[in-house]
Amino acid sequence: MTAWHTGQVVHTEPLTASARVLTLAVPGFSGAVAGQHVDLRLTAPDGYQAVRSYSLARVGADEVVEIAVDEVPDGEVSPYLVHEARPGDLMEVRGPLGGYFVWRPGDAGPVQLVAGGSGIVPLAAMARARATVTTHGAGLFRLLASVRTHADAFFPDELGQTEGLTTTWLYSRQAPAASSRPPGRLTRYDVETYAFAPDAGAHVYVCGPTGFVETAAALLVDAGHDVARIRTERFGGG
Amino acid sequence: MAVVTRGFGGRRPASERPVPPGQYLTDDFPVLSTGPTPNVDAPTWEMTIRTEAGVEHGWDWAGLQALPAEDVTVDIHCVTRWSKQDTHWRGVPVDALFTEVETAAEFAVAHSFGGYTTNVPLDDLLDGRAWVVSEYEGEPLAPLHGGPVRLLVPHLYLWKSAKWLRGLTLHLDDEPGFWEQHGYHPYGDPWSEQRYA
Amino acid sequence: MEHAPAPLDGNCLAGPLAGFFTADVTVVTGCCRHCGDVAMMGASVVYRHPMGAVARCRACTAVLLVVVEHPDGTRVGMAGLAWWRLPVESGPG
Ligand SMILES: Cc1cc2nc3c(=O)[nH]c(=O)nc-3n(C[C@H](O)[C@H](O)[C@H](O)COP(=O)(O)OP(=O)(O)OC[C@H]3O[C@@H](n4cnc5c(N)ncnc54)[C@H](O)[C@@H]3O)c2cc1C
Ligand SMILES: [Zn+2]
Repeated sequence: MTAWHTGQVVHTEPLTASARVLTLAVPGFSGAVAGQHVDLRLTAPDGYQAVRSYSLARVGADEVVEIAVDEVPDGEVSPYLVHEARPGDLMEVRGPLGGYFVWRPGDAGPVQLVAGGSGIVPLAAMARARATVTTHGAGLFRLLASVRTHADAFFPDELGQTEGLTTTWLYSRQAPAASSRPPGRLTRYDVETYAFAPDAGAHVYVCGPTGFVETAAALLVDAGHDVARIRTERFGGG
Repeated sequence: MAVVTRGFGGRRPASERPVPPGQYLTDDFPVLSTGPTPNVDAPTWEMTIRTEAGVEHGWDWAGLQALPAEDVTVDIHCVTRWSKQDTHWRGVPVDALFTEVETAAEFAVAHSFGGYTTNVPLDDLLDGRAWVVSEYEGEPLAPLHGGPVRLLVPHLYLWKSAKWLRGLTLHLDDEPGFWEQHGYHPYGDPWSEQRYA
Repeated sequence: MEHAPAPLDGNCLAGPLAGFFTADVTVVTGCCRHCGDVAMMGASVVYRHPMGAVARCRACTAVLLVVVEHPDGTRVGMAGLAWWRLPVESGPG
């Protein structure tokens, strides 16, 4: 039975100009698997409540919840989490949640991760979980990550040197000088060039704003990937 | 008792006038949906009223525009706890649709394009208490807010004001609509906080 | 620009339905009563309306399941599902 636990912010760390990592201590929280999320419930002093979902950025340690939140301008909850919350603040946490969009260390075969914006968070958790697997059994991971500019990338240094993972950043607004790909949205060409080929039999995880996920999943299917092997996590938005 | 989160306020202005219990004011007009937004063009829009005897009365867009419209300024209250004051609408009082309808029914169910339904006692739709509206704040009603035509029953929680209206059916017995089947109150008066059945 | 809230994946049903079933609902396979499509609940398309989450069939958009978190207990309507099948090994939950 998964009920609401009381969590306390113990640490915050800026990630980009609009995003940060929050670490919460949550007594009773245990057994999380990479790809899962938590529901956070915030209550204002007058009783007003809001519930939002956030993916776990890292799994492993029990009673600790690490999330990475990108600010949605004019949002109700994300600006609070990115700019206002500080160590000592309390909020309610429900989870870990969801057994569908997950990767477990025992899962065999290659894995293709496709992220738009903050959709990289649960995929980073999967890559981090993969890196802790020491046996030779674990398949290779590839990550295609779409971000506006280099400055908007989450965990770029770490994801550039994670064991078993090859990361390709795709810039939609402005690409660094060294990048040969012109800035732009994810295309069929990107999928065919940087992702595993369909016959590699990779499991595919797609995550990000709803519009990105729907576009990316359609491109993957067009490029020949088996629908049955594609799992999606839509974050919402227009 | 829930844990209070310091510094979290949501984004809510303060109220000068009383609001129904448990409600919070908003300046926004939150867009909430239970499914894809139906794509209905005003020129092809139609609605019907079907009586308990199976008699149908129909209106198309031109027919609706030909009825006398009113400007309406009301407060609206959503069961998800936001209220919005002084919203401006333009539409036809439901009474105007009933001039030729003969019925002994006491209950109505509003039906939407997309399959949504909600039940309202017929008396609550009449006597100038409900409108079939097609303008909001001086503009044609946007599809996101139920355009081209929605029901407006401002004295009940807003889920009763069916968006994308395509008809009313009249019944001798109260028949629960979409949310009412899932435990929301059959009547939904915000001032007596009738949220749940 | 104002836009309609976009739908999410069935995965987000895990929170509202936590504690309702012993299995994690997102890995339960369901059959749409309307069109017969068979899929895990995690693959359904969810409109998380604050009055309740509405899970729709990924194939025909018919309503499969409605979850309302009432103060006196979570209430689930499953009229749109012909059947549910538990996975052999249930996921974490
Ligand atoms: C399973 C799941 C996991 C998630 N994990 C993460 C995560 O790890 N990190 C993270 O930053 N977010 C994540 N999200 C999104 C998060 O739950 C919130 O939707 C987001 O933080 C916006 O909340 P808000 O209250 O600030 O905005 P709201 O007040 O809810 O919305 C304000 C406006 O922004 C739009 N909007 C809502 N969500 C988004 C979005 N995601 N992108 C763009 N526009 C949006 C709304 O339609 C509305 O117009 C996840 C969502 C789900 C369903
Ligand atoms: Zn179906």
